[in-house]
This record gives sequence, C-alpha cells and structure tokens, in this order.
Amino acid sequence: MTEALLTVDKLRVAYPAREGGFTEVVRGVSFTLGRERLGIVGESGSGKSQTGRAIVGLTAAGGRVTADTLRFSGLDVLSITPRERRSLRGGRIAMILQDPKFSLNPVMPIGEQIVETLRAHRKISRRDARASAIAALAAVQIDDPERVYALHAHEVSGGMGQRAMIAMMLIAEPELLIADEPTSALDVTVQLQVLAILDKLVAERGMGLVFISHDLRLVSSFCDRVLVMYAGRVVEEIAASELHNARHPYTQGLLNCLPQLGAARHPLPTLDRRPEWAL
Amino acid sequence: MSEATVMTVQKAGLSLQHLRVEFDRFVAVDDVSFEVAPGESFGIVGESGSGKSTVLRAICGLTPLAAGRVQLTGAAEPSLPGSKTFRRQVQMVFQDPYASLHPRQTVDRLLAEPLAIHGIDQGDEREARIERALDEVGLGQGFRFRYPHQLSGGQRQRIAIARALILEPQVLLLDEPTSALDASVQAEVLNLLETLRERRGLTFLMVSHDLAVVTHLCQRLVVMQRGRAVEFVGAEDLAAQRVAADYTRSLMQASAGFRRPEARPAADPTAAAS
Repeated sequence: MTEALLTVDKLRVAYPAREGGFTEVVRGVSFTLGRERLGIVGESGSGKSQTGRAIVGLTAAGGRVTADTLRFSGLDVLSITPRERRSLRGGRIAMILQDPKFSLNPVMPIGEQIVETLRAHRKISRRDARASAIAALAAVQIDDPERVYALHAHEVSGGMGQRAMIAMMLIAEPELLIADEPTSALDVTVQLQVLAILDKLVAERGMGLVFISHDLRLVSSFCDRVLVMYAGRVVEEIAASELHNARHPYTQGLLNCLPQLGAARHPLPTLDRRPEWAL
Repeated sequence: MSEATVMTVQKAGLSLQHLRVEFDRFVAVDDVSFEVAPGESFGIVGESGSGKSTVLRAICGLTPLAAGRVQLTGAAEPSLPGSKTFRRQVQMVFQDPYASLHPRQTVDRLLAEPLAIHGIDQGDEREARIERALDEVGLGQGFRFRYPHQLSGGQRQRIAIARALILEPQVLLLDEPTSALDASVQAEVLNLLETLRERRGLTFLMVSHDLAVVTHLCQRLVVMQRGRAVEFVGAEDLAAQRVAADYTRSLMQASAGFRRPEARPAADPTAAAS
C-alpha cells in the first residue's frame, strides 16, 4: 500500500470551559484511512462528530484542534492556509450531515445549490454545471431530476433531501467523504436505499469513507472497519466482521443492550460504565 | 373533590373503532380499528407519515377525530375522551425529552402540573405523590429542584415518565419513548417501563419505528402504512418471520441492517454477542 489517504495521529479537540481553561472532547484519536469504509461509533458526547468535523475543518469557533499529524493525501491539513483549506472542503474532502432539513439552504432551489458547489471548485459554464447537477441528481436515484432541481428543501421528503445532499457532496468528485449520521433522520427502508447509493458510489469512485454513527448494527453491516469511541478516545478498533468478538467491555455492552427480534431478554442487559474507560 | 379521591385500581384497556383523522383534505388515519385488552401491551409500527403518532394523539384528544370512536374499556364504566376519568386514566409520554419538558420549570413544578389540573395538589398529597413518582422512575429526591437542562436525555425521559405516572393512570401512550436516546440509555428506559408495567398492571400502547424495540415490550402489534392498518401480527410470529404483508417483510429486512447486493453476507454481530 502506498501512502494512506488520511493519516490522523493524536488528534485533540478542545473547547474553552466556563471556568477557564479548556475541556478536551477529542483526546488523542489516531487512525489511518485508505480507500475503504471506516465506521466511527459511539454514544452522544463520545467525540465522534467532533473528530469528523476536525478533519474537514468545521470545528466550531473557539474550538482548538491540535494533532501530531493530520495528513490528507500528502498535505499537512493543519498548516495550510485557510484559503487552501476551503478549497479542499467540498472539493477533495466532502461531508454529509445528519439532517437535510438543516443542512440544505432553505431559500435556494436544490439544483442551484449543487451548481454553486460545483462552480466553487471547478471552472465550468453555468449551462454545463446545470447539466452535471441534473446528472448527479439522477445518479442518486431521483426519478425526476429536472423537477427536483427546481424544488426547495421544504418541498422534498427527508430521504429525497438526503439524496440531494449526497449528490451535492459528490459532484466535485471528492477523494474523501465524511458522513456524519447520514441516515439517522430517515426511515429504516429509506435508510437502506441511501446507504446502497453511498455504497455504490464509494465502490465505483474508490473514495475513502468515514461513516460516523451511533448505530452499531448499521455500521457493522456497512463498513469494513470500526472505531469505537468513548469519552473522546478510541477504545477499540476492530474489523466489522469481527465485531462479535469485540474485547472491550464497552463495545460488548453496546452490542448487548440492543433489543433483538426473536431473542427475548427481560430485563435487557444495561451498560455498567466504569470510570477507568474514560481514563 | 369527590371524584379525585376515588381510586380505580382495575386495569383498563382501549377500544378504537373506525378511527379517521383528516388534516384539511389529507387523510392521516384512515379507518383504523383495534382493541387493546386491559393489561396488554400493544405496539404500532410504521414509517414517518404512516399515521402512527397521529393515532396516539387522536386517542388523547390532541388531534380531533373526523370519524370513529375511542373508548376506555375494562375500568368501572366505559369512558370517552374528554371525560375526566379518561384524562386521568390515559397519559402520554412523548418522543423527545428535550422538547416535551418545559425548559424554565423545575422538575417539581413539572410534576405538580398534572396534579394541579386534576385538583390533587393540596398539601401532603402533592408532596407524597411527587416523592413517590421520582422514586418510582429511579431518580430520587435529589432531582426534584433541578431544571431540565441539568439532566441527561435518559433522566429527562424518566421525568416525562414520572409526569405521566403521577396521576396513577391505567393506560400509557408511548410515542417513540426511546428513539432520541443512546442504545445503552434505551435499554435502561425499556427496563424501567417494563418494571412499572408489572408493578402497576399498566396497559401500554407504544409507537415505534424499531421492530426490535416494539417486540421487546409488546405481545401484539399493528403495522401501519399511509394511514391504514396493513397487518396485525403477534410478536412471536414476527420473530419467526410469519408475516403476511409485503410491507411488514420489507420493514423486517430493513431492521436487519445493510446488505451489500453482491452475495457477501452481512455479519449480524448482535445475534452472536448475546
């Protein structure tokens, strides 16, 4: 294998605390990503989204991001200028957020937003951009792309909005896609359609995908490799197919506390959090 | 108030006949009928827009009925929505504990509200009920004067459950009570609901999009699609995949996780972990 697409070494994200000083929400996360599907799983507050945001450069104002290494295809992402960083974002690195209701612009037609993304990263005529946007909408299995092009975010369903979001993120043909809970706002059956689209695009274009989710079951069936995060740290890294052999008690506990169809367990096992996991 | 002091300890059920709910010309619930026996735990499953939450809202009078009838059965005498008995016997727990608790009221005030509405907020009774409700949901008195923002999601949902229980109802309407919670917290809340049901002989009517969660608590369920009841199925039949409607089958497949089209079988770690 040549150089990894993304190398993250001892990534730390901290926010100013009310009492002064900083609170670390991501505490030394390290991993490398090739052209594969990597899942990051954890509960709310585990730092999984903050990890994703730090990689793209979308850490909220006031946040402090440090790392021994944060390299994206040979580029030291933390030392480049904000301008260079911005040209990466949406271009070679894209991010899909959880809820299309909030991540799409409410006062701009969906198609126009896709054109805007494309034109921000490539010199292309308005007309060609429009044609590409329609093709991108068709690629995410939207039946009537011409019609959807002209619609606003509130006029489409959640599933449709998320597809449009995926179309927008993929139009500049990124090499790395960070998907932060891309399907949790969707119904289960729609969830699978969206995942299938994502899966196909990843396979066809050879992108690297970081899939952030709280849903262990979904991640394990979709990704190749899984990082399990707890209190800002990676407590376990494991191949998705090996998840049932997870060694860390937190991973085991997370898997175990889910109710299952056809396996009645009353009461459900609960997670007994031990303070040493957070050390 | 004489009515307030009479305690019905008898279990109550619900009877829904030809329920229809319309929003302008859109029919959200179309001819839905089912019975929930006293002490039973019954589930409603479906996707967003299927009308499952609207059924619950129609039962407790938050949404007007266009046609049909809701009745409380089993208890002393059958009572209708809007009557004082019905309003005391049937209580609801909402999906999002971040939205269902008033952000500027303390837990004490939140729990006292239903008591005030039903005229049982005088002196000792108020104190005793609030203390008991907090103990019952496993929070204890230390939480009594906190605000919702000082609580975690799971603690908030426990408060919402305590608020529903404080009138000592017989029927709880649960609208996705765990879908906003983390998996480990979901397990705790499901266990709490189950314990309370056993202890108080409660009747549950629970809405969820998660088949595994519904079958964990409910013996029987209805699958809804576009406002209609497409299939009634027992939890055991569902577990054994004995279902009739295609839609139910597609829901079951969806809940099993992602499957890549090329054969490569998706491992189901949850099955192996138990």
